[in-house]
Amino acid sequence: MDTLIELSHIKKAFGKLQVLKDISCHFESGNIVSVLGPNASGKTTMIKSILGMVIPDEGDIRFRGARVNKTFDYKKYIGYMPQIGRYPDNMKIGQLFDMMLDIRNCNKIPDTDLIEAYRLKSMYHKPMRTLSGGTRQKVSAALAFMFNPDVLILDEPTAGLDPFATEILKQKILAEKANNRLVIITSHILSESEELADTVMYLYEGKIKFYEPLAALQMETGEQRLGKILTRLLTEEHV
Amino acid sequence: MFKIAKYIILDIIRSKVLIAYTLLLATICTVIFLSDSDVIKGLVSITTIVMIIVPLVSIIYATTYYFNAAEFTELLVSQPIKRRDILLGEYLGISSSILGAFVLGVCLPVALFALSATGITLMVAGGLVTLSFTSLAFWASTKTRDKSKGIGLALMIWFYAAIVYDALVLLFLFTFSDYPLEKAMIVLTALNPVDLARIMILLELDISALMGYTGALYRQFFGSGTGIAFSVSMLFIWSVLPVLLALKIFSKKDL
Repeated sequence: MDTLIELSHIKKAFGKLQVLKDISCHFESGNIVSVLGPNASGKTTMIKSILGMVIPDEGDIRFRGARVNKTFDYKKYIGYMPQIGRYPDNMKIGQLFDMMLDIRNCNKIPDTDLIEAYRLKSMYHKPMRTLSGGTRQKVSAALAFMFNPDVLILDEPTAGLDPFATEILKQKILAEKANNRLVIITSHILSESEELADTVMYLYEGKIKFYEPLAALQMETGEQRLGKILTRLLTEEHV
Repeated sequence: MFKIAKYIILDIIRSKVLIAYTLLLATICTVIFLSDSDVIKGLVSITTIVMIIVPLVSIIYATTYYFNAAEFTELLVSQPIKRRDILLGEYLGISSSILGAFVLGVCLPVALFALSATGITLMVAGGLVTLSFTSLAFWASTKTRDKSKGIGLALMIWFYAAIVYDALVLLFLFTFSDYPLEKAMIVLTALNPVDLARIMILLELDISALMGYTGALYRQFFGSGTGIAFSVSMLFIWSVLPVLLALKIFSKKDL
């Protein structure tokens, strides 16, 4: 288990609103981290800071020990699946994949497991604008896994996917974990995080409330279900 | 950078909006040339129309495209590509598409019906105006956060350049009519790409007196040759500077 990503003292404000308040943590390989938190707790902002889409006001982001703020090369080791994937309207699915392969200049053989599992090949001629939300999600997922990245960042991956597609995605995530990859998932569906996650991070108002292995949390609270663990931990805090 | 430009051009060609724009320009030019046997008059009419339509379409189309492609830009930023290359690629793709439409819609008919020094000046001026307004569109888009504000700012820039500017100049002349204004006027002209392009064409046509004060002054101050060189270089600055500012804003922008 090597530390792949390290955040130290990340602060970010949008106008007056302080979204991330001094976040420090690291993420290790061979691990599935589930990032939980209420709406507007800073989950997406944290993810986007790691990807360099949001530029933090303060703090360092390190990838394999090297500071990567405002650089771009490290992103070739990251696969990202956005919450809502939108692509050029007139582009067809096949063209989108070809374009990403072309732009990323990848010399490794692309990972087409999800393309096959979701039968996207038969839809290669369909323009992106005609696709349903679920199919777009499938395309986003396939893109994120395509380049065999060491880190996968999935922002609410199963929102909009049907149960079969969700199951395929879960299996793929677990397979990647077995390949010693790091997977960071944000989700509101607790049963899902419970099933996949090794470690749970809970963000609340821009701070890390806790960041611990699921097993340790279960020991600590004596509860098995993540929902109950959360209620326990969070109500104790508030009392 | 060139790859991004290539994919944007492919996307724009498929979208048909610019094809409609090309056809509109081509129709206007052809109709004007066919209905009037005096080619020079035709060129003047085209100049008048082109200096209103070209900036408007360039700035609005580029701004709309930028905002519609916002998620695509986001996707690119999450890939191992420099932010600079992403924005420059987009600028290159969008501006060359609009420029292509101008070449097919205006330059081609002009070359067929009125290939002359004036015709070529019109082509160059129109092309530079296209680039300037696409460049300004990028500045307006990166400066604002949402689409409606972006398009609002873009429209205001066009409104200023095409309409308000003339009124401001008149007001300025009227207010300070007791002072020598020659140099101030030259500076003022440089502040509006549309005016620069218009003067360039009218100087070449040698009917600058029609332009009133600024035109006559230009003629006296520079003579045709230098005046045109000055206009071209100012327009060049207008095509480059806003994009450079946009790059600076974009490198710090949260997506």
